[in-house]
Amino acid sequence: MKSREYQQIDPKALPTPSQSPPPHQHLAVGGDGRKEPMTPRRKWEVFPGKNRFFCDGRIMMARQSGVFPLTLGLILVTSGLFFIFDCPFLVKHLTRCIPAVGGALFVFVLITLLQTSFTDPGILPRATPEEAADIERQIDDTGNTSYRPPPRTKEVLINQQVIKLKYCFTCKMFRPPRTSHCSLCDNCVERFDHHCPWVGNCVGKRNYRFFYSFIVSLSLLTAFIFGCVTTHLALRKGLMFALQESPVELAICFFSVWSILGLSGFHTYLVASNLTTNEDIKGSWSGKSGDAVTNPYSHKNIFINCCSVLCAPMPPSLIDRRGFLPADEPARASGADLELPNPNTKSDRNVVGGSSIWSLTCRNLPLIFPCS
Amino acid sequence: MRQQAAVAAKVFIQRDYSNGTMCQFQTKFPSELETKIDKQQFEETIRTLNNLYTEAEKLGSQSFVEGCLACLTAYAVFLCMETHYEKVLKRISKYIQEQNDKIYAPRGLLLTDPIERGLRVIEVTIYEDRSFSR
Repeated sequence: MKSREYQQIDPKALPTPSQSPPPHQHLAVGGDGRKEPMTPRRKWEVFPGKNRFFCDGRIMMARQSGVFPLTLGLILVTSGLFFIFDCPFLVKHLTRCIPAVGGALFVFVLITLLQTSFTDPGILPRATPEEAADIERQIDDTGNTSYRPPPRTKEVLINQQVIKLKYCFTCKMFRPPRTSHCSLCDNCVERFDHHCPWVGNCVGKRNYRFFYSFIVSLSLLTAFIFGCVTTHLALRKGLMFALQESPVELAICFFSVWSILGLSGFHTYLVASNLTTNEDIKGSWSGKSGDAVTNPYSHKNIFINCCSVLCAPMPPSLIDRRGFLPADEPARASGADLELPNPNTKSDRNVVGGSSIWSLTCRNLPLIFPCS
Repeated sequence: MRQQAAVAAKVFIQRDYSNGTMCQFQTKFPSELETKIDKQQFEETIRTLNNLYTEAEKLGSQSFVEGCLACLTAYAVFLCMETHYEKVLKRISKYIQEQNDKIYAPRGLLLTDPIERGLRVIEVTIYEDRSFSR
């Protein structure tokens, strides 16, 4: 028998993902047959979700930008008109603070809007093929052998309450609690709130605080501009005359102020009770089924809930957009090689006002999965 | 001349959600590692990692001040300052590297930093204990 010698593994010799470009570059055959060095690719270039990346991966948005240009345009145009037409008159007749306050609010609104739109909302990277195979093996070990396998759920106990974790067919993993798969972006997002077309991005764990700051400051800005415009018209022409002359514009302003204020109020309630829009819409913790269910994530204290949502340490982005791909591995979207076309699979429709048919679809699907 | 060992198996330590969504890993000792490493040592590593992640996500006065300051500056501080979480993640990387160098590599094992797996799992790679040249 051959004698076997154990060689101690040098961890530094193993291929691990690194931030710096790989030392050796593959040679690609150019158009005229000469071998040319290939530039190392960054991970965002092969990202499997439906996202758009700018500035070499530093900025990201959903592929469908929705009405984000409209949001930006409305804010810029309304504020611009305010500064051009109302401010000079009000500075002369009232106080110089008005453009200062308006300017500060405007800048704050713009910055928080851009941060909400361009930040990674808390996307979970898809499972590697080895992880997916490991989970498959575990499910097969414990599942029954009938023709229609049971839905892929796993129960965990969180603060003495039973929570069901669902298996995500796209990302090949059991979703952590409060995580949901956004169909528009095709990503699992942690602490998923909703997909907001106005900001062109999902709102999740990492950018909820920006989103909340944005809507609160926007409601202050719109209320401020509305108040200033009304004052301007009243001082110049008298309030009754102004209402007769431009009722439509004032009505539009009035209703938009109230709708944004209403949204801010709703999200303040969500923050204070540590809920997400997704959970509130589904009624996860309202006890509709008759069981005594309470929100297991709430700290039972409004102040602590607000702090944990808005002032908690900023979690890191998990998708490593700007990391380099290992040079020896082909650019693969994690899990894509295991994926079979499954046209009946629908993920949660999580735009505000949409309904979720995910759990019903999941129960009726036979599971076709290769085991590696 | 570096010898590259073959991967025999990979074991995945899953997340433990019993305390909520905080990042914690299960301390249950996987059966595949029984012949490779001492149970106490392995559990000690996982426990230390769990403590470090708790520290990263802790809601204390420091994080509160950081959060308020960030809000007042319209979150511009996040562009120039390293957050508390990122600082602790660096310590975690260093700890994992130390553990690999001192304890796991001599036994033919390798721990992968969970951040490279989206904080979903701790991947433990088991290498075959035979040598071969490339």
